[in-house]
Amino acid sequence: MSTDGGAAHAAPLMGQSVPRREDARLLTGHGHYTADVNRPGQLYAVMLRSPHAHARLRAVRTDAARQVPGVAAIYTGAQLAGRIAPIPTAWIPPGSELALTDHPALADTTVRYVGDGVAMVVAESLAAARQARALIDVDYEPLGAVTSVAEAMDPDAPRVHEGVAGNVALHWRAGSDPAAVERALQDAEVRVRETIRQQRLIPNPMEPRAAVAEFDAADEALTLWVTSQNPHIHRLLVAGVLGLAEHRVRIIAQDVGGGFGSKIACYPDEVLVAFAARDLGRPVKWVEDRREHFTATTHGRDHVDEVVLAGRRDGTLTALAVRTQANLGAYLSTAAPGVPTILFGLIANGPYDIPVAATEVYGVYTHTTPVDAYRGAGRPEATFLIERLVDRFAHEIGMDPVEVRRKNLVRADRFPYTNAFGITYDSGRYEEALDRALEHLDVGAFRREQADAARQGRLVGLGVSTYVEMCGLGPSEVAGAVGFQGGLWEHALVRVLPTGKVMVMTGISPHGQGEETTFAQVVADRLGCAMQDIEVLHGDTQLVSMGWGTYGSRSTAVGGGALSVALDRVVDKARKIAAHVLEADVADVALEAGRFAVRGVPDRAVSFADVAQKAHLAWSLPEGVEPGLEAEASYNPSNFTYPFGTHLAVVEVDPDTGETTLQRYLAVDDCGPRINPMIVDGQVRGGIVQGIGQALWEGAAYDAQGQLLTGSLMDYALPKARWLPPIETDFTETPAPHNPLGVKGVGETGTIAATPTIVNAVMDALGSLGIHHLDMPLTPERVWRAIQDARAAAPLGAAGAGEGGGMRS
Amino acid sequence: MMLGAFQYERPASLDEALRQAAAVPGARWLAGGMSLLPLMKMELADPPALVDLAGVADLVGVQEDGGALRVGAMTRHAELAEHPLVARHAPLLAAAASQVGDPQVRHRGTIGGSLAHADPAADLPAAVLALDATIEVASPRGRREIPAKDFFLGPLMTALEPDDVIVAVVVPQRGAHRQAYHKRPHPASGYAVVGIAASVLREADRVASAAIAVTGVASHAFRARRAEELLTGQVMTDALLAEVASVVASGQEVWGDLYASADYRRHLAGLTTRQVLERLWDDR
Ligand SMILES: Cc1cc2nc3c(=O)[nH]c(=O)nc-3n(C[C@H](O)[C@H](O)[C@H](O)COP(=O)(O)OP(=O)(O)OC[C@H]3O[C@@H](n4cnc5c(N)ncnc54)[C@H](O)[C@@H]3O)c2cc1C
Repeated sequence: MSTDGGAAHAAPLMGQSVPRREDARLLTGHGHYTADVNRPGQLYAVMLRSPHAHARLRAVRTDAARQVPGVAAIYTGAQLAGRIAPIPTAWIPPGSELALTDHPALADTTVRYVGDGVAMVVAESLAAARQARALIDVDYEPLGAVTSVAEAMDPDAPRVHEGVAGNVALHWRAGSDPAAVERALQDAEVRVRETIRQQRLIPNPMEPRAAVAEFDAADEALTLWVTSQNPHIHRLLVAGVLGLAEHRVRIIAQDVGGGFGSKIACYPDEVLVAFAARDLGRPVKWVEDRREHFTATTHGRDHVDEVVLAGRRDGTLTALAVRTQANLGAYLSTAAPGVPTILFGLIANGPYDIPVAATEVYGVYTHTTPVDAYRGAGRPEATFLIERLVDRFAHEIGMDPVEVRRKNLVRADRFPYTNAFGITYDSGRYEEALDRALEHLDVGAFRREQADAARQGRLVGLGVSTYVEMCGLGPSEVAGAVGFQGGLWEHALVRVLPTGKVMVMTGISPHGQGEETTFAQVVADRLGCAMQDIEVLHGDTQLVSMGWGTYGSRSTAVGGGALSVALDRVVDKARKIAAHVLEADVADVALEAGRFAVRGVPDRAVSFADVAQKAHLAWSLPEGVEPGLEAEASYNPSNFTYPFGTHLAVVEVDPDTGETTLQRYLAVDDCGPRINPMIVDGQVRGGIVQGIGQALWEGAAYDAQGQLLTGSLMDYALPKARWLPPIETDFTETPAPHNPLGVKGVGETGTIAATPTIVNAVMDALGSLGIHHLDMPLTPERVWRAIQDARAAAPLGAAGAGEGGGMRS
Repeated sequence: MMLGAFQYERPASLDEALRQAAAVPGARWLAGGMSLLPLMKMELADPPALVDLAGVADLVGVQEDGGALRVGAMTRHAELAEHPLVARHAPLLAAAASQVGDPQVRHRGTIGGSLAHADPAADLPAAVLALDATIEVASPRGRREIPAKDFFLGPLMTALEPDDVIVAVVVPQRGAHRQAYHKRPHPASGYAVVGIAASVLREADRVASAAIAVTGVASHAFRARRAEELLTGQVMTDALLAEVASVVASGQEVWGDLYASADYRRHLAGLTTRQVLERLWDDR
């Protein structure tokens, strides 16, 4: 199966598109997902979830359900009160006046969203559990519900949590002094203002969530297999919630079928399953079904933003003010408070040098599924705002949006660049990425085609987005300063066995990103060993010392950083042993292509594998060198990393139906050096498709009573391959100066850039009709209506003709 | 998601099937299972017994029968889409079948199941309506024929009695007609937001006859009678097409959902009809 390199190699593997070693297992059904775990004597759990968005629980009657043969236990919130601590929130941004409220594992007195847990049934079979669940008789007293921030903030609105006035969960500000912002906006020659809704999304990874728990009563030890992006965080939180000792909790998340952020959080479900396993003395398994996923797994985005962007007629941007209302749902999920604040508000200026800028955010409780990180988490929202507003600004002053961008991009000689929010962009050549994109797409030629098309009544548009994101989360000091209740450093252990084979234990938790391959490439190059001699292990707290997991495009930047430092340490030690063997000075010995050789005397050499053997035999080691050959490293980055790029899209809108067809999509990204270009390309493409999904198709909707109207894949449209154009990708390469591998992270860039690129393209197509902004998703009906309205408003014959879009070049 | 327990029968003949179904009150026919099994998984149906029609020889096959095409109820969508006799005599049926769901669904789902299920946004109901097909039904009381126009009564409601089984669909051969089916799928479900089935006989520059059926727009698929009347005997012009488009859904209670409101659906029905007719008219 192995195509990934034979013997020790001379040519570097870093930079090669080595096929993903995990695919053979994943694509042939040999992955080990949580749902594949079956323990002897296991019981099956199902959750009874609230059908009401807001109701008081008058009674939960389980007598009839308990009579179903095979039922082992039925738990309700009332029974569990005091036995399971509240589900924690692990991000408390300072100064955010965070209104923390209790999140019981099962609702005790009140249900707060459709999908809120009311009871858990545990039985000998899934069928029995389901049958019993159907017999639980819940007496709900329905109460008024709020689903949007506007409703929720009304002083007379029903409250999601007692004592939280206006349902305001947090209020947070960042950036320039408000008075200075006010002044800069007042004084500006040009101001553009827009209210922008960024709709709620439902993650839908291929694999739904699952948990299997086994409790060893003799040792008081819990083993929990769970779909997690961060097993060590889960260990910490699950131990805390259940009052278990952290060292007696083992979390295993071996193969995880995607997460997009939705598997960061600690959910009630895994805690309940673990509780039941301890309580009943038998393993318990729970697997979410797809419909359950729609209401019980965290959602993403859901903002209403008021944005004002100001500048001069020559195109210079001078001030930005963002006022956001973020819908956080019924409870504050694990990382939720940090997403619309830290990860959003500190980078609102995007890649532009805007001297005065501020964000103000209200996070709001509503009777909806909790909202937490979703691919990009905060940064897509920020990018969407600035990219939309830059287009509006360009239109306002009659300048090409590309030129406005060029004029304001942070120039290459300004790095490290500190923005108005006080964060420091590490490195960038923003204009180079823009130029590269324009090499692939001749904007002048496009404008001529656009004008020709317009004469035939066709609406075509070009969208541009230049973006920067903050990822590689992150410096732990900053984590502390911004209220993240954990560190963001990363750990790696490199263990060389007596035969020279290598085991790597990493604290990141890849769930589709391919680090088993990329990390092996790094090791192979550094130690000069073959790919097949390297095993990269992750996702088990018993195996891996420590780690903070995979999210925020941190795995290769931070986890790879730790790996790189650990490799340095292994090589250092091996070099000492090699020098001893070669009877040479350590300074004269160098490792190259798997051999330590004395400088200038290439045939005085010893192979890395021989050194490994000698290190383990320890028959003759240099003074002060311990036996064995392994090293670990904890890498705490000194800064975030800041990938950037330019994306372009060409679309055509059918004026008769409002339907958008994608004609071209072109991405130029810079994530520093690419260890595996194929994997990077895959991450970029996948991200782009998800970003396009938000622009055109996806969107959760609730009715006034808080029922999710898009509760299945029959209603909620995920992108389909046949709707997509071929995606063209290209890359520039600007290393992160502070990162051992120079890498910046690429897991989220596509999602961040694509949404505004597409919306900008559609708005460019509609610009000639006087349409400048529409809410997402840009469904055919929404666009068609806007066209109808514009035509009705325009003088006869005027609409549709004339210059195509607001751009000229 | 999983199913509760139920009895399962797999008869080899129609008589046996009817007997087995009669023996368990509430028993349901199982054809491709593409609509029934999801209902059961979602706990919206809980039949005590399923009588699987897959082994019943009387229900399979596509044959020429006098001036008509006889399509067995168990004919899968994929077979319908590719069958040469269907392509020759009822190309719009093939076109509709080819646009159902995805390949997996088309290799399981059947014409009998689709018509019996009568989803308001399904494709085949529009096809059989436009073709003036007849639905052959058997029950313990004997056999009868139901014209397509009398078959669809409402969302998931048909003229079938609970113990009726569809045996075949008989489609008159209309080789001289120009036929087409055009569908605008919902981006999530893939079902029709609007589906237009049209069969038009052209004589010189006049419409000798026209049949237009619409799905996805109202509680069940329907014939656009007003539009057909406007077309019949007329010279095809842009003005006529515009008028036809404006009445396609007239008299119907057009429904809307999150993705497409009633107004927009009505607009799409008119637009799509117009586009289908233009295309058919200009063919060759
Ligand atoms: C993912 C997916 C996508 C789909 N997309 C589309 C689409 O785009 N367009 C579309 O039209 N359809 C679509 N369908 C539905 C599909 O066409 C089904 O095949 C069809 O609706 C039911 O046919 P079936 O043979 O599977 O019937 P079953 O599911 O087996 O049965 C459906 C109902 O019909 C009854 N029944 C079955 N056979 C008979 C018979 N001979 N006589 C009397 N009653 C009978 C059953 O008892 C049951 O009530 C889709 C289905 C799925 C799962």
